[in-house]
Amino acid sequence: MNVPADLRYAKTHEWIRTEGDTITVGITDHAQAELTDIVYAEPPKVGTEVKAGATAAVVESVKAASDIYSPLSGTVTEVNAELAANPALLNTDPFGQGWIYKMKASNAAEVDVLLTPEAYTAQIS
Amino acid sequence: MSDPATLKHSPLESTHIACAARMVEFGGWFMPVQYSGIMDEHRAVRSASGMFDISHMGEVTVSGPGALAWLESLLTNRVGKLAITRGQYTLMLDEKGGVIDDLIIYRSGESEYFLVINAACREVDLEWMRSHLPKDGSVHLTDLGNDYAAIALQGPDSERVLQELFPGCEVPKRNGIAPLAEGGERVPSLVARTGYTGEDGFELFVPVAEGVSLWNKMVAAGVKPCGLGARDTLRLEMGYPLNGSDLSRDRTPLEAGLGKFVSLDDPEKGDFSGREALVAQRSAGLPSLLTPLKLTIQGPPLRSHYAVLFEGNVVGETCSGALSPSLGEGVAMAYLPPTLSTPGTQLEIEVRGRHYAASVAVLPFYKKPAL
Repeated sequence: MNVPADLRYAKTHEWIRTEGDTITVGITDHAQAELTDIVYAEPPKVGTEVKAGATAAVVESVKAASDIYSPLSGTVTEVNAELAANPALLNTDPFGQGWIYKMKASNAAEVDVLLTPEAYTAQIS
Repeated sequence: MSDPATLKHSPLESTHIACAARMVEFGGWFMPVQYSGIMDEHRAVRSASGMFDISHMGEVTVSGPGALAWLESLLTNRVGKLAITRGQYTLMLDEKGGVIDDLIIYRSGESEYFLVINAACREVDLEWMRSHLPKDGSVHLTDLGNDYAAIALQGPDSERVLQELFPGCEVPKRNGIAPLAEGGERVPSLVARTGYTGEDGFELFVPVAEGVSLWNKMVAAGVKPCGLGARDTLRLEMGYPLNGSDLSRDRTPLEAGLGKFVSLDDPEKGDFSGREALVAQRSAGLPSLLTPLKLTIQGPPLRSHYAVLFEGNVVGETCSGALSPSLGEGVAMAYLPPTLSTPGTQLEIEVRGRHYAASVAVLPFYKKPAL
């Protein structure tokens, strides 16, 4: 299972990538494998205030709908418009083209609560 | 989720787990929901062949001089129309016309019948049947549910695969049943040309001890193992009802659109459990009708228990729903007032607080492309 070393992880299987003050959020390789065939994604709207640990998005496989929890609190600044036409990007490239939304974090300290790649690898193995 | 201690187990369970199937609880059974993925399995059945463990379903034999008359009084379809080796879809109703179970009955001999009943209803069905048996001993009922392993082979390649696996075997016609091989210790192996996918296919019933070897032989023949997830999307594309979701004690087969399997006016059939209630309902008018719905815009997959609205008012809720893998569209079934069940009627379906435009469709949702 791929767990990139430059990301931080939520116990609920989301990842964040930090570039300057922009945080990108997606789901992990482990999560997409568990969900299987993702056929629909409902990202938050730009401008939405998201809260760490609260539902920010929904992804659906053929069988079930799954909530995606925001790893951090803050404001959504951009969503991945590609997912509407091609939700399978969440399966094929979860850490790249399958990103879900970008945000500005309101509480930098929340990052410290997230798992390191090592800790997340331990959780899923 | 049921208490894990009471979960029932298919004779093929260890094979599923060894093949890394994803397992779930279904109708009190621990069963595979998928192997390679629902989409992949679904397409295999539509284009080639797939196989499903259906050992959780129950098998019952009914025989004796009073068998036919008793079955006519128990089931909705006209059992007397069945020639030997033929089968039919039928329903078992309570006195109020509510559906206890839907099942297939085959006439396996002069006065012998083979019934295949739903997994979640096995105990309830058997209790109902036993409590309605005639007291004179003219009907013998035998529960063979724990003696059979059962595998459904479905898809356009099914007949070729069957003949490859059982060279020279008798291949039954659609809805027929035939012996598959020499009898096992307790029960004979049987093959029926029936299924729940809308494709050609067979249901194989073999003694429990032979289940795993049959499964492995089918895998080796190139048949794709499939789980309950694909079974559900395949049956829903055809509009086949699922007991427990689309059928229940609270609805009659007339409301479920299954009137052609209910022999209300055949004098040779006579009375049966639920008939009086159905006759009354027919003359009073149906309170609801199971209605196929399709999203008319891009939207999320449909699922059960989503509200259905007409002109802003909730008029029902979905009882089954899925993203149809063949059509790429959201499809669902809902009990609606009959006035709103005309094809083309514009409705809305609510998903997580948003309303999506939908319309009444025509069954089956999926029609096989002409060659």
